[in-house]
Amino acid sequence: MHRSRRISWTAGVAIAVVAMGGCAVGTGGGAQEDTAEYDSGATLDGELSVMGFSGVDEVATSRVDFAEAELGDVEVELIEGDLDIQQFLSAVASGEPPELLYADRDQIGSLAARGAIIPLERCIEGEGIDMGQFRESAVDQVTLDGQVYGIPEFNQVQVTMANADLLAAAGVSIEDVNGSDRAAMTEANRALTKSDGGSLSVIGVDSKLPEFLPLWVAAAGGSLLSEDGRTASLDSQEAVDALTWGVGIYEDQGGFSAVKAFRDSADFFGEGNQFATNVLGAMPMEQWYINVLNEASPDAPMAFDTVRTTSGEPIAFAGGSAWAIPSGTENAAAACRWARAMTSVDAWRAAADARLAVREDEGKPFTGILTGNSVADEEIRGMVTSGGEPWDAGVEAMYEANDHTVSLPANPADAEFEQAMQDAVNSVLNGEATAEEALAEAQETAQKALDEGWKTLEERGAE
Amino acid sequence: MTATAPMTGGGVKERHSAAPEVRERNRRRASRRNVGSALLFLSPWILGFLVFTAWPMIYSAYLSLTDYDVINDPNFVGFENYAQLAADPKVLLALGNTAFFTLVQVPLYIIVSLALALLLDRAGRASGFFRTVFFLPKMTPPVAVGVLFLLLFNGQNGLVNTVLGWFGIDGPAWTTDPAWVKPGLIFMSLWTVGSSVIILLAALRNVPETLYESAKLDGAGFWRTSFSITLPMISPALFFIIIVNTIAGLQTFDEAYTAFFGAGNTTYSNDAALFYVIYLFQQAFEFLNMGYASAMAWCLFLVIMIVTAIQLIVSRRFVYYEGDR
Repeated sequence: MHRSRRISWTAGVAIAVVAMGGCAVGTGGGAQEDTAEYDSGATLDGELSVMGFSGVDEVATSRVDFAEAELGDVEVELIEGDLDIQQFLSAVASGEPPELLYADRDQIGSLAARGAIIPLERCIEGEGIDMGQFRESAVDQVTLDGQVYGIPEFNQVQVTMANADLLAAAGVSIEDVNGSDRAAMTEANRALTKSDGGSLSVIGVDSKLPEFLPLWVAAAGGSLLSEDGRTASLDSQEAVDALTWGVGIYEDQGGFSAVKAFRDSADFFGEGNQFATNVLGAMPMEQWYINVLNEASPDAPMAFDTVRTTSGEPIAFAGGSAWAIPSGTENAAAACRWARAMTSVDAWRAAADARLAVREDEGKPFTGILTGNSVADEEIRGMVTSGGEPWDAGVEAMYEANDHTVSLPANPADAEFEQAMQDAVNSVLNGEATAEEALAEAQETAQKALDEGWKTLEERGAE
Repeated sequence: MTATAPMTGGGVKERHSAAPEVRERNRRRASRRNVGSALLFLSPWILGFLVFTAWPMIYSAYLSLTDYDVINDPNFVGFENYAQLAADPKVLLALGNTAFFTLVQVPLYIIVSLALALLLDRAGRASGFFRTVFFLPKMTPPVAVGVLFLLLFNGQNGLVNTVLGWFGIDGPAWTTDPAWVKPGLIFMSLWTVGSSVIILLAALRNVPETLYESAKLDGAGFWRTSFSITLPMISPALFFIIIVNTIAGLQTFDEAYTAFFGAGNTTYSNDAALFYVIYLFQQAFEFLNMGYASAMAWCLFLVIMIVTAIQLIVSRRFVYYEGDR
């Protein structure tokens, strides 16, 4: 009796384990073979569901109209909302992925490494996408192990933004706060910073840590990751120097804690923004903030320049979005056509026309659109209208920065790498470690994640 | 006759001896019917429990023994995740933060809840109004509380430091100074004491007035009455709140995640706010280490089970149930 009961239990547990193994969801081996026929001249039909793209402004809708016309009879469904990576992965794992994915370029590497999206070589060839038109920094971000997994769309760059009145009052210039001379920037920060009764009343310079550490490292000629995306160099001398200097900027103002508290209390998007209220001397910031400032506080006393390398050259760290085709999708041909159409010069021209018309109606300047497509950028740059100074200088700096972008290559451990870097910077900002200690620990964590990611990717490729 | 008598007699005897069996059979049949009816009525819950609780738990136990990234099939790795967990310094950090938060927050939460309940108990006709006022913050979504935390506790010009400034106190940087992040979150958690206040108020109202009258006649003062009558009589409610809040403390996530790891701070974070469930969430949904996250979840489950068991054992000594002999 006891024996039979034991056998029953053992059998039950065995069945449960087998059942669980059987129920385990997964595509079962990464990227599925791409069997779609890509042909730019082919007539397409079927459905196209797009996840992660929720653009509703004229730049989005004009290109959507253009892409829909290119797709002919294909029924397009835009799944509302920003990309929820968990929702996307669940959809892929359950065998019902959307036809197309719109994601940040720094997510492409991890998705590709897990086999959630497919390589686009056949798509690029079949649809005749001219990858030579795209910016190298943007293509690097969507290229993993020599294969392109995304078609770059928007581009983001950083520009030095400063309050000209505060600069003048402190006896410093925009050149002192653009990063070209770090010692001068430190001095300018001290001159610009003001305290009232022991608490900060004017932030001199905001070095925008932790997010801009890769920019400051690149500005000193370094990089946090090797070109092949395999070797982290978070503990390089350039990284240690950049972090030590960036944190020093905050320490001269009473510490990051004080600066962040002050920064958080600002009306960032409104007319009470830090520049308009004269409580921020200078900071590097993404180009879209020029439009925010122009809209919210057109009379703000602004000065603009690119961020510059320590040898005085313009530099920006590229970011942005890309189109990718999920593994196991049912209408990859339509997805590829859409990606080609949305990022084409014609689509961007339509978007620029639409934006220009809206801005003219509002009596405001058209400040351009930054894309991953350099040919489109050049054309749109010619359509920019003057908003007078200092805004024209801002747009000029934006385009100059766009011509000098660098990026980190795609890698199979994007999230872990970024988290390790941010943890290191935060622990230094919070006074819990020195730059050397924090970056050494980050290097170990990031390299371990990279090694595991590449190992998994290679094992999967060998299957 | 003689032939039938024994039969009759036997029949009577049989009927007498059969009657309990029949009754037993009928009782069993009725009992089975009752059980069937009960199961039928309970079936929605049972089904929900099996599908949404039991199965996910069993499945997560299985996943904790695998390397699983959602996309690809789980790869069985035995107890590797648990070994990795034991050697992960961030797990230790997160456990320490969570333990500190729970140990300080739960007593403070109880004290504040009890104080407010005692005040409400004496508020007379106004108690209904204040009861609603105290409960309203509980209706605020936790994500909103996280954002509110950043605003109220801003070290530069947050309301909390402004009020402290009126009394000549230079408030700390609650949201950025690692030493003050957890205390800030603990104070912010008091925002939701409303539900506990309502439970304790109900318990206080249930204490028989005669006990207080007797104590008063015996010359008992406020403290004596509080410790000998009030606290013992509301101890079951107190115990319930302690258990529930301890578990909630060990699982704290929403407010801290929103304030330090979510939309409020996409790049800045603070290790002082890295609670265990936040780290678990990062592993599961940011790094897609579902196996490792499952192992973390089971360790937390074990910790909660142990803590709750200890609380139950201790409660035997301190909690008074009126129905008990």
